[in-house]
Amino acid sequence: MINKIYPSVAAALADVQDGATVMIGGFGTAGIPTYLIDGLIAQGAKDLTIVNNNAGNGNTGLAALLKTGRVRKIICSFPRQVDSYVFDELYRSGRIELELVPQGNLAERIRAAGAGIGAFYTPTGYGTTLAEGKETRVIDGRPYVLEYPIHADLALIKAERADRWGNLTYRMTARNFGPIMAMAAKCTVVEVPEIVELGGIDPEAVVTPGIFVHRVVQVERTATQAGGFRKEAA
Amino acid sequence: MQKWTRDQMAARVARDIPEGAYVNLGIGLPTMVANHLPADREVILHSENGVLGMGPAPAPGQEDYDLINAGKQPVTLRPGGCFFHHADSFAMMRGGHLDVCVLGAFQVSAGGDLANWHTGAPDAIPAVGGAMDLAIGAKKTWVMMEHLTKGGESKLVERCTYPLTGIGCVSRVYTDLAVIDLTPEGARVIDLVEGLPFDELQRLTAIPLVDAR
Repeated sequence: MINKIYPSVAAALADVQDGATVMIGGFGTAGIPTYLIDGLIAQGAKDLTIVNNNAGNGNTGLAALLKTGRVRKIICSFPRQVDSYVFDELYRSGRIELELVPQGNLAERIRAAGAGIGAFYTPTGYGTTLAEGKETRVIDGRPYVLEYPIHADLALIKAERADRWGNLTYRMTARNFGPIMAMAAKCTVVEVPEIVELGGIDPEAVVTPGIFVHRVVQVERTATQAGGFRKEAA
Repeated sequence: MQKWTRDQMAARVARDIPEGAYVNLGIGLPTMVANHLPADREVILHSENGVLGMGPAPAPGQEDYDLINAGKQPVTLRPGGCFFHHADSFAMMRGGHLDVCVLGAFQVSAGGDLANWHTGAPDAIPAVGGAMDLAIGAKKTWVMMEHLTKGGESKLVERCTYPLTGIGCVSRVYTDLAVIDLTPEGARVIDLVEGLPFDELQRLTAIPLVDAR
């Protein structure tokens, strides 16, 4: 019998290796796998490369992980926020490497990894400093930049509902990077507040098919983190 | 001469968004355009974090932090609206499916180059978000910005001195003084704030303008 449900966060993250590339879902307050991030901090793996849209807020979650000094590099689109002071300090003192990627290129590079695409040409970023040194090509009169996929050893994502095969649905904008990160990692671990029997998710409504999911952990449903953002933060 | 207020600028942009359009409104000033879309015009708002059919801010106490916009503010979903993941969301931009995108800017060049993501200050932490994807993706990219910097310099320039977001992507600029189409035939002024002579607008603007009103 296939059962991807793990009894605890600690059990689901027991084998994370030093040097791993870890994708972490979430955009703003929505879809942050807070239990799994705390679990990764407790597990203690170091020399990590983190892939996330942002670089943490306040002192919790990803910011708390950064604060441990176990993150070597972050790949993201928008590290600078009003309360990203943990990252800011690490970056300014040269203790973390930043690979800044336009958000759509970030998403597509993740998707490409999951879809087995070797590289792709994208118009985004052409002629800008973020495309410096990259291969370019004009196709049908339009200039493009060559971008490579981002593969991960581990993806940590938050979903709304799962079954023991790992089929997932999400909740509103908490979906964000979850479905594509699930595809791009060798091991995808999902936290969900709700686990249902097989067939309990309408097959027409499954967003992430279980083939992309390896481990599921049930967690308490918590109100999404609401503090820490000012309106102009992007 | 009275410059257009931010609300008047937003209303002026809203006037040009047609029925049925799929529209992305950038963070900041462009977000205000949503408040001026007439109720009887059906316009579908896109948010980069996976929403089509985005509605206004919820009533106080009704915020759900799983339903936010690109600026991370709580929003609502209109009936018919839907959610999707980030790669689909940016395919809507990059694939040319959005009709209009409205962005803020530090500078726009005569050729439609856009600079809006980075001041280039050496100590600034760079952050780009979806700016580069938005700039080049929509069928029409419009910019909303003050005509002049705080120091009184033209934000319409021959060549951008700030780092570029996209090349040749801006087709129209709405400022607090004028509405200007950037075309291969030049920068054509199609609207001008009341009481400002065209010659005075030209004097304030660092690129040659054509009076096309």
